[in-house]
Amino acid sequence: MNSGAIVLVTLVLGVTAMGFLASRWGAGNLSNLDEWALGGRRFGTVVSWFLLGGDLYTAYTFIAVPALVYGVGALGFFAVPYATIAYPVAFVILTRFWSVANTRGYVTAADFVRDRFGSRSLEVAVAITGVLAAMPYIALQLDGMRAVFVQLGGIFTTGGGLLALAIPFVLLAAYTYTSGLRAPAMIAFVKDALIYITVIAAIVVIPAKLGGWGHVFALSANALAAKPKPGGILLAPSQYFAYATMAFGSSLSLFIYPHSITSILAAKSRGVIRRNAALLPVYSLLLGFLALLGYCGLAAGIKTANSSSVVPLLIARFFPDWFAGVAWAAIVIGALVPAAIMAIGSANLFASNVFNQFSTQRASGEARTAKLLTLVFCAAALILVLFVPVKYAIYFQLLGGAWMLQVFPAFVFGLYTAWFDRRALLAGWACAMVASTLMAVSTGFNPNITIHLAGATITGFIALYALAINLIVTTLATLAVGGTRAVHQS
Amino acid sequence: MGKRAWYLLLILPFVGTLIPQIYNRAEPALFGLPFFYWYQLAWVLVTSVLLGLIVVTTREPGDE
Repeated sequence: MNSGAIVLVTLVLGVTAMGFLASRWGAGNLSNLDEWALGGRRFGTVVSWFLLGGDLYTAYTFIAVPALVYGVGALGFFAVPYATIAYPVAFVILTRFWSVANTRGYVTAADFVRDRFGSRSLEVAVAITGVLAAMPYIALQLDGMRAVFVQLGGIFTTGGGLLALAIPFVLLAAYTYTSGLRAPAMIAFVKDALIYITVIAAIVVIPAKLGGWGHVFALSANALAAKPKPGGILLAPSQYFAYATMAFGSSLSLFIYPHSITSILAAKSRGVIRRNAALLPVYSLLLGFLALLGYCGLAAGIKTANSSSVVPLLIARFFPDWFAGVAWAAIVIGALVPAAIMAIGSANLFASNVFNQFSTQRASGEARTAKLLTLVFCAAALILVLFVPVKYAIYFQLLGGAWMLQVFPAFVFGLYTAWFDRRALLAGWACAMVASTLMAVSTGFNPNITIHLAGATITGFIALYALAINLIVTTLATLAVGGTRAVHQS
Repeated sequence: MGKRAWYLLLILPFVGTLIPQIYNRAEPALFGLPFFYWYQLAWVLVTSVLLGLIVVTTREPGDE
């Protein structure tokens, strides 16, 4: 093993110990769902900042965003406006959601929808959508880890990387089972510190060695223009609408994902959410610089068929072994933290809203069910990544993102108005799920679709088109049934 | 009610970042970064500052 591999293994073992010890963090009865799944709803501003940063900015993001910029150029930078406007959205919507959830004891978004609209079908629809969106996302975290192991080679790729992927992930499942949300919350400190160190070092060292940003962009412009499907360091006018709708649509769904909701509800006060909406954009800045590493890949002349390996190849080329080890650990631990929270969030949805139905007197045995389900979701993700080609996991994740947005009307409008009818919301959701799936399949799983309307050609984000269908159906159906009021007026 | 007006500031990041026509150009560059890139990165900071301002100006009891 080289020194990088030793650093990686040491750090991963270190966070594993932290994961188990986390069960003793702040006395709490871990057989209670609030304690196990939400850390007792006691996290202050600092812990929440690390937890949310560790949760929302995943290893997959850190691999996939530069890979996209490397592949298509400027269009891939949409992640930055997305990760900017997500915070005004969060600031307004989530503080309100947190307050209602805290009063009524919600653990999931589906708890709220059930309580608000009194509809069992809508509760299950919201829960299933969340789980379907989270599943491939967990699998892609594992794929982010795999990109590191492929780079390391040797023992890390024996048996198709089966052992290297399975060992940290089985350990993850074990300490998440034992400690609940406390485990990723504690490990998030290490993850975020490693990510900051790695990205800051990378954006200082790599462009300097390549002759400065000006040179990097000049070389990238040539490399992108020479691709079979040419891209550019600026957008083509035909990409404007796609760029804006991808950023806008993604920002609306980010905080509805089960892992976001889980971390949000673990905050101890409304003020923690408000302050974090203002403080979390620091991570988006980091993400922005990381995206630019895609251009460093082009400028450095990195040629790879698998764009996921762009970041690992850059790290291996420009850093000494031991520091590359820090970067490997940042990616691997950066995959484990969100994977744990996604598994917890999905398990909560099943335990609270599918196997049981939400009631303010929480059903007994929910925590035990959720703990066992966490193991099931981890196992499913491992199987997905080991036995299904990664292409399909990416398609599935893309589709999951479009589906996730279709929960928006029930969740967000429910927070502000009782006008929408529950059956209408369900109908809107169902139409939009079918529509987004058909659009995605018809484009060969592209995030965008081109439509021809009144002689004009517009390419835009499928998830947002589906949301428009959702809103039209929900509104018309509500009008048609004469606007039955929601049961729980707040 | 006057305090609520501060929330209107939150419209700015949407206007600033969702109309690529405004910023889709290379010049003026900053430290070698084309305008397109540093302009959008600057909006991350501006949004953070705007939110910080609103956190302070619209504080309510129970926000601690």
